[in-house]
Amino acid sequence: MALITCEDVVLGYDGEIVLTDINFTIESGDYLCVVGENGAGKSTLIKGLLKLINPMRGNIVMSDGLGVSEIGYLPQQTDIQRNFPASILEVVMSGTLNHMGARPFYSRKERMEALDKIDLMGLGGLERRCYQELSGGQQQRVLLARALCATSRMILLDEPAAGLDPVVTADLYDLIKRINTEMKITIVMVSHDMNAALQYASHILHLSHTQLYFGKTSDYVSSDAALILRERGTR
Amino acid sequence: MIHALSDIISYPFLLRALVVGVLVALCAALLGVSLVLKRYSMIGDGLSHVGFGAMAVAAVLGAAPLAVAIPVCIVTAFLLLRISEKSSMGGDAGIAVVSSGALAVGVMVISMTTGVNTDIYNYMFGSILALNNTDTVLCILLSVIVISVYLLFYNRIFAVTFDETFARATGIRTNIYNMILAILTAVTVVLGMRMMGALLISSLIIFPSMTAMRLCRTYKSVITVSAAVSVFCFVAGLVFSYSYAAPTGASIVVVNIIVLIASVIIKKIWR
Repeated sequence: MALITCEDVVLGYDGEIVLTDINFTIESGDYLCVVGENGAGKSTLIKGLLKLINPMRGNIVMSDGLGVSEIGYLPQQTDIQRNFPASILEVVMSGTLNHMGARPFYSRKERMEALDKIDLMGLGGLERRCYQELSGGQQQRVLLARALCATSRMILLDEPAAGLDPVVTADLYDLIKRINTEMKITIVMVSHDMNAALQYASHILHLSHTQLYFGKTSDYVSSDAALILRERGTR
Repeated sequence: MIHALSDIISYPFLLRALVVGVLVALCAALLGVSLVLKRYSMIGDGLSHVGFGAMAVAAVLGAAPLAVAIPVCIVTAFLLLRISEKSSMGGDAGIAVVSSGALAVGVMVISMTTGVNTDIYNYMFGSILALNNTDTVLCILLSVIVISVYLLFYNRIFAVTFDETFARATGIRTNIYNMILAILTAVTVVLGMRMMGALLISSLIIFPSMTAMRLCRTYKSVITVSAAVSVFCFVAGLVFSYSYAAPTGASIVVVNIIVLIASVIIKKIWR
């Protein structure tokens, strides 16, 4: 079933249009990779999907009972976070806040959920460690665990591999693929790593201020959009 | 130090200062961690200058200083948050404009009407004698409210401080928590500025959390240590100022500086 449908969506900031004519559907269980060059509007699309900005025209429809607060999000890291004094457990538990209602303090349930997700991400036993002392790959796993606490339906990732070395990147991509196949969680990932997109994603959305391609990964290779990209790459 | 403390407790006005000061130091330390981490420390500084202007105007009009300064500072806190988030001017420039503007208005108002320089001096650098009985009750009440609200929203304030985008994306109303943070800061600044002085109050917010961040690595321990450091420095500063007849606000800041330097050295040795 369709989780998110975009109909003729136009997105931008302060009256300036960044993305136009966006039409695609995300089905439950999909692994969608959003590709495109820097400044093509990928992060803007993510903000639109998370309802952080409203579409200037068109509709972004959430269906199948998917609420806004049911999308886990893995943002690009900021400098503030890299030097933030917090334990892994504190960071991951903050992901459970969205289904606590008005209750001010964590209960045992939230704690167990957080520990469970920390284990799943292969960080078991490290929950008391300080976030800023972790390697870049471990930090991303912590943020993934937090996103998993916030949702059981869908995770949006914004350039999760930025700044990671190739081995760690491959591990992270494998982990994300496992979350997709084993936990049946829909993945939307922004990336400019085309090879990874082709290897892991079930669907590709190629943006360049508008939608150049949307469809199955297997059909993408022979599409015009991929051709343009390849020509640019060889030149 | 114990001897001096028991001396202080025997004077009613010093006891009042001690109780209010400890509570305000606690508020400042708790809020300071979030403000420093969110890069909002300058908002505290800006608010204290605005508080100075408001108190000067209140004094001239014969109104109760706290009753004027607290609402004015809360409104300013809203504005400063807006400026830091939205404005094209840039947050730091906006805060500088507002704070020096308010300072200038305050100085003008005082010098044109009463012309008494000790008033300006007391507002700028603080006075231990500033609190009467009603003020004391109000200060205690408000600081207890600030601490309770902070503890009640502790987990959400953590989430908004660590990662505002994630919090907003997962349905936490971050604007509300930023506002709460701003209101609590405004109240704390006004409560603390008459003892610490408009120019020194922001140090009460910034120093303890800086020290705590040198020594601790989890958020809860940073908060706890920051609160402890803040109260210790306040009491030590008060005792020092009593024993050597030194200005109270400045003494407290100097103790804070010493503790911060000590924490930097301790961290160097540990590594």
